[in-house]
Amino acid sequence: MTDKVLDNVESRLGDGVVRDERGGYSGYLVPAARLANVARTARDELGYDYLSSVTGVDYLPEGKLEVVYQLYPTAGGAGLVLKAQLPREAPVVPSLVPLFPGAELQEREVWDLLGIRFEGHPDLRRVLLWEGFAGHPLRKDWTEAYFEEDAKPFKSRWPEGKIHRIEDKVPFRHNVAYPPDFTPDGWVPEGDAALYAGLGQVTGGGNGGDPALNTDEIIVNLGPQHPSTHGVFRVVVRLDGETVVDLKPVMGYLHRNHEKIAERNTFLMNMPFTDRLDYFSSMGNNFGYALAVEKLMGIQPPERAEYLRVMMAELTRIQNHLSAIGFLLNDLGAFFTPVMYAFEERELILDIFEATSGSRMMCNYFRFGGLERDLPDGVLPKIRELVYERLPRKVDELDRYLTENEIVRARCIGVGVLTRERAIALSAAGPVLRASGVPYDVRRAEPYSIYDRFDFDVAVRPHGDVYDRYLIRFDEIRQSLRILDQVLKQLPEGEIQTGKPQYQARVPAGEAYGRVENPKGELGYYVISTGKPTPWRYHVRAPSFINLTTLAEMSRGYKLADVVVSLGSIDIVLGEVDR
Amino acid sequence: MYGLGMLKGLGVTLKHFVVTYLEDLRWIGKRYDSPESLAVRQGSQARGAFTVQYPEVKLPVPEEFRFTPILLYEEGPNGERKDRCTSCGICAKVCPPQCIWIVRTTDPATGRPVPEPAEFYIDVDICMNCGLCAEFCPFDAIKMDHNYEMATWDRLSDKERLLKPLSYYAAIRPNNYAREEAARAEKEAAKAARQA
Ligand code: SF4
Ligand code: SF4
Repeated sequence: MTDKVLDNVESRLGDGVVRDERGGYSGYLVPAARLANVARTARDELGYDYLSSVTGVDYLPEGKLEVVYQLYPTAGGAGLVLKAQLPREAPVVPSLVPLFPGAELQEREVWDLLGIRFEGHPDLRRVLLWEGFAGHPLRKDWTEAYFEEDAKPFKSRWPEGKIHRIEDKVPFRHNVAYPPDFTPDGWVPEGDAALYAGLGQVTGGGNGGDPALNTDEIIVNLGPQHPSTHGVFRVVVRLDGETVVDLKPVMGYLHRNHEKIAERNTFLMNMPFTDRLDYFSSMGNNFGYALAVEKLMGIQPPERAEYLRVMMAELTRIQNHLSAIGFLLNDLGAFFTPVMYAFEERELILDIFEATSGSRMMCNYFRFGGLERDLPDGVLPKIRELVYERLPRKVDELDRYLTENEIVRARCIGVGVLTRERAIALSAAGPVLRASGVPYDVRRAEPYSIYDRFDFDVAVRPHGDVYDRYLIRFDEIRQSLRILDQVLKQLPEGEIQTGKPQYQARVPAGEAYGRVENPKGELGYYVISTGKPTPWRYHVRAPSFINLTTLAEMSRGYKLADVVVSLGSIDIVLGEVDR
Repeated sequence: MYGLGMLKGLGVTLKHFVVTYLEDLRWIGKRYDSPESLAVRQGSQARGAFTVQYPEVKLPVPEEFRFTPILLYEEGPNGERKDRCTSCGICAKVCPPQCIWIVRTTDPATGRPVPEPAEFYIDVDICMNCGLCAEFCPFDAIKMDHNYEMATWDRLSDKERLLKPLSYYAAIRPNNYAREEAARAEKEAAKAARQA
C-alpha cells in the first residue's frame, strides 16, 4: 500500500487517530472512546471486514496496557492494525463484539489473562482459567508459584548447577493462590450458574425445583471427558427437546499459559514450544513463528530453505486434513476404521518428518533464517514416491470410500450451516471460512515465503455445511499435492541457513505479526521485542480457538447429535485451543 | 440406487482386507518381520494392514531420530575415559525448559576452571526432546540418543547415566559421526598448522 493511501486511511478513521510512531511499530493509535466508531469505519468504508486477532500487551514501565486489533480485508491485501492504550489501573475499552462477533472469545481471553475490561461484551467471564484464579497472569508483575527468574537462562543452572525440583520447594497447596475473599473449601462453582444463566432462563443446571424452569428445556454438558470432544473440552448445550437452542464452549483444561512461558524464554527456545500448540501441524507452527521473528530481524532464508519450508508445510496440511476427515467420520459414528485408513498415509508423511527433523510430531525444524538441517539422504525419493504415486491414489481411494456414502451424506448435507456473512463476522478461518464460500487463503491473500510462485487454486465451497467442510479438505489436499509437485520440480540446491545458526538471536526492538495459512486456519504470531534476548510479548492467534466461536452458530436449530458433527467439522486441537 | 455409495465404500474395505492376506501370502516363507519385509511393508509400497509386534519387534528409527540427550566420552587405548564436555554451559543456556544443571570443576590449587564437568544432571522428566542442546554444543559432547525405552525409578539422570562411549554414538548416527569427526580433524589440523 502506498503512503498516500495510508494517509488517507488516517484521515478517514477520524479524530484522534494517530500513526504509531514508536520505532519498529506500525498501525494506528486510537482513543479508547472512539474505538467502536473507528472499527465501524474500517469495516464499512475501508473494507477491513475481517477481525483476525485481538490481543493485549502490558507495557509495565510506561504504566499502560494496550489492546491490539489486526483487521484484514477478505478481498485480500495487507492488514490494518488498531491499538488502544489504557491506563494500567483501570483498563476499560468498548467491546467490539457488536461489530465483530468473532471477538467474543478473544476479548474474554484478554480479560482473563490481562485484566482488560471490555464494556458491552455480552458474557465477559474468564475463558482459559477458572474463577478461583488470582490475578491476570500475562501482566508483567504477575509471577507464577514456580517463579525463578524473569528470563531464561536461569542462573542456577551453571556454573554451580544446584539441582532442584521446583515442586519440592513449593509443595502442593502452596502453589496456588486465590483471589481475596475466595475460599476454595465450600466453594460452589457459581461460574457454572453464570454460565447457565448466560444461556438463557434456565438456571441451576438441571431439572431441579426451579420454578422458572421450562420443563421442555434442559441443559446438557457434553464433556469435558467425552470421546467426541477431541480432548478435554466441554460444551454446555441448552436443549429444547433434542433441538439445540444455544450452546457455550468451555475450555482451558489444557491451559499452560504458553504465552507467559514464551515471554520468559529466549526467542529460539520458543521454537520447540510452538510444536506443542497444534501438535498435528508442528511444521506449520514453526513456520509462522519463524516468519514473525524473521520480520523483526529483517532476514530471509535462502532459496532452498524456502522450498523445503513450503514442502514441509504442505505435507503437514495433507496429513492434518487426512486426520481431520478421519476424525469427522469418527464423530459420525464410523468408529476408527476411516481414521486408521487416513493414518496409514499420515504415518508415511510422519516418517519423512522423523527422518528429517528427528521427531514425528514435535518437529522443531525451523530456525530463524533457515532450517535445522537439510534433507538427509534418501528422504527426497521417498517424498517423490508419496507425492507422485501413493498419495494421489490413496486420497482418491479415501474419497471413493466415504464421499458418496449415503449415511455420511444424510448426516452432513445441510447440517451445521454457517453462512458466508456469519463466517466472516465470526472470524472463522481456514477450511471453515472457505467452505462458507469465502475464498480467503493467506497463501493467496497476502502471500508469505514463496507462495506467490506457485500455481494453485484456493479451494472454496459454497454451502457452508458440514459436507462442504468435509469436501474442502479433499480439495485442499489435492491443491497441496499440486504445490508439492511444483516444489519438487523447482527445488534448488544450496544453503539452508542465512548466516551462522545462533542460539542467541539478536532481535531488534519492534513488533511483528507473522501469519501463515495453517491447516486449521490462519495462525498468527504477534511478537514484540525490546531488543532483549527474550520477547516482551508473544501472542498466538490460534485458529482452533477462534473457530470455536462459530460452533454455537453452526449448532443452533440442529439436533444434539449434530453438535458433535459440527465440532468435528471445525477440526480443533486442544493444545492450540487452550494454549 | 440408494445404498450404492455405501456398497462402493464397503468395496474399498473389502479390498483392503483381501490385500492384507494376499500380501501375507506374497511374503510367505520369509520372516514376517525381517528387515526387508519391514522396509517394504511399512513404506510407501505397503498394502493392506500390517502389525509390528512391539516390543518383540521394533521398527528401525532413522538416523536423525532424537529422544533424550547423552554425553559422550572418548576411550583411550587403555580404557581410560575422557569426557568431551568442557562444561562451557552453552547447552544449559539454550535448553528451553532449563533441565540441565552443570557444576564446573575448578582446580583446587589455582581456583581456575578445569574444562570438565564435576556434575552433569538432566532432569529427563522435564526434557522436551527438542535437540537444541546437541545442536549448539560446540564440542560435539552432547548428542541425542535413539533409545526410547527408559523406564527407571528416578528420572533425574546424572553424569554416570548420561555418559556413553563415542563408539556408541558412531553406531547410532554413522553419517553425523563421520561428518563431525572430519570437521574436528580439520580444525585440529588447522590449529596444529598455526602452532607450527
Ligand atoms: S555438553 Fe557441550 S554445550 Fe554442554 S557444557 Fe558440555 S561442552 Fe558445553
Ligand atoms: S533435548 Fe532440549 S529439553 Fe532436553 S536437555 Fe536438550 S535442550 Fe534441554
